[in-house]
Amino acid sequence: MNEKVSSQQITDDGQYQRFIERIQAGEKIEADDWMPEEYRKTLIKLISMHGISEIMGALPEKEWVPKAPTLRRKLGIMAKVQDEMGHGQLLLRVAEDLMKPYGKNRENIMEDLFSGDLKFHNVFHMEAPTWGDAGLIGWLVDGAAIISQTNMLDASYGPYARALKRICAEEVFHAQHGESIIMALAEGTPEQRAMIQDSINRWWDALLMFFGPSDASTTGTSKQDITIKYGIRTKTNEELRQDFFTKYIPRMLSLGLKLPDDTMYFDTDQQKWIYQQPDWSQFKEIIKNNGPKSKDRLRLRKISYETNEWVRDALSKEIS
Amino acid sequence: MTNTTNEINPSDSKNSPNALHELLFQLADDDFILAYRGSEWLGLAPFIEEDVAFSSISQDTMGHATMFYQLLEGVVAINANDLAHSRPLTERRNAILLEKVNGPGHYLVEPRYDWAFTVVRNYFYVTAKKVKMDALKKGSYKPLAEAAVKVNLELYYHILHWKTWFTQLLKAGGEARTRMIAAIEKVAEDMDGVFNLGLCEKEMVESGFIESEHSLKQQWLRLMNPILDELKVTLPPFAMKSGNGRAGEHTKDLEDALSTLKEVYELDPSAIW
Ligand SMILES: [Fe+2]
Ligand SMILES: [Fe+2]
Repeated sequence: MNEKVSSQQITDDGQYQRFIERIQAGEKIEADDWMPEEYRKTLIKLISMHGISEIMGALPEKEWVPKAPTLRRKLGIMAKVQDEMGHGQLLLRVAEDLMKPYGKNRENIMEDLFSGDLKFHNVFHMEAPTWGDAGLIGWLVDGAAIISQTNMLDASYGPYARALKRICAEEVFHAQHGESIIMALAEGTPEQRAMIQDSINRWWDALLMFFGPSDASTTGTSKQDITIKYGIRTKTNEELRQDFFTKYIPRMLSLGLKLPDDTMYFDTDQQKWIYQQPDWSQFKEIIKNNGPKSKDRLRLRKISYETNEWVRDALSKEIS
Repeated sequence: MTNTTNEINPSDSKNSPNALHELLFQLADDDFILAYRGSEWLGLAPFIEEDVAFSSISQDTMGHATMFYQLLEGVVAINANDLAHSRPLTERRNAILLEKVNGPGHYLVEPRYDWAFTVVRNYFYVTAKKVKMDALKKGSYKPLAEAAVKVNLELYYHILHWKTWFTQLLKAGGEARTRMIAAIEKVAEDMDGVFNLGLCEKEMVESGFIESEHSLKQQWLRLMNPILDELKVTLPPFAMKSGNGRAGEHTKDLEDALSTLKEVYELDPSAIW
């Protein structure tokens, strides 16, 4: 008996060793492959958060779908929000496969969302009160998403890497859609131009927070070390934020926009942007569902879930 | 979205310009408002998968509305965006059935939307739309006949989608069937408004643009009766209980929808957005 247990132990160690070697060799891990518990749990958390954020992220833009000012914009923003729901669907399926050994499914994901156990991205807790925000979300939030998702395109977990590949291709269209709205406003009337400056001012802190704190000292926890260790991502939060600045600050300036942080500059010696930190205690509150729109958006999701319960019941009856 | 190509062929429409305007406004306004109602559902559908599929249908429908408004650009010399966003309530020609809200609540505040009503309204409407497109394809106004061919291509999928929901929910029995039967009754009350061709019906038919209201309705029944029979559903008589949208009669529901859908447009109708 004792012997059996210890040989099992050895097998596990061997498995772990082989797993790490596979990752280091750049091999992809698939859903049915052996993986350490920590890896599986990290993936479930990461991917279900990403998936649910796509779905919750559809809600701020959804506000503007019926209100889009032209037929072309109505069609464009409908297509964009549809894509986001599609990303959510794709990612939740990847997460569901990983959850199978725990006997969990999509119902559990939704319940975790409602209970606050499953967080959605901080940027989607913010208000989007003008059409300028509809443009800005596409331009800069999707722009930021491209930067953070590109960082995981080569993720060691195959199903996630493949989903991201498809998602990133669509995100490029989203950023173009957003940029086109912003360009029209930038070339428009003084009121239209003021609309974008107003949106940038409103979204600035949320955009800085988008990539998460630079290290655990800011908020107490950070998953970035584990995800780097397991080859899920390569760059740190701060590196991603710097990439974002490098890509978008020149564009903002060329549109004649004023940076909301007037102390900001590029330090050529250190080769990095120096900027004022957002209020990270606010970030902690936001991701605890205490952001300006957290409750309203969760409420929308929950109402839809409750109101349509009879539909889910009917279909499960129909299938069985 | 300025018009260049949709020149009217005088021999097609000069005898009955009003009938042609009316018909195009009916087609455009029907699709426009129903696509709007569909867009309010975004993020609230019963399943994430359905959200994606329904949104794709609403986009097609908004695309069809755009096509019809663009045909009107040539006929009435007004920009399609202005036609869609700035016409007052009384000038709207959509059937009242299509302007009705999806259910209690607002799309951003406590939306308790009724999926059964949405399924029945969309299925009944899209089948009627198919019948109309088949008639328009054979109609005398070339640009519209060509548009109908394009629209028809996408309707195949729409019909299949709503038929699947309609059948599944009725077959499920229990609460689902009860809700569906109630929805069928509600839709029937105003379904005649969808077939109605308004005050210019006679001219429309005489000019060969489309078939009569009566003929459209008969074809609809021929398509639907076998399906309804199989599901043991007795169709209540159709009526126009809430009024005739083709005559510019509308409800508070449309008034609210218009103020939402033109909110940004109205900030500056002459600006480029
Ligand atoms: Fe996305
Ligand atoms: Fe996106």
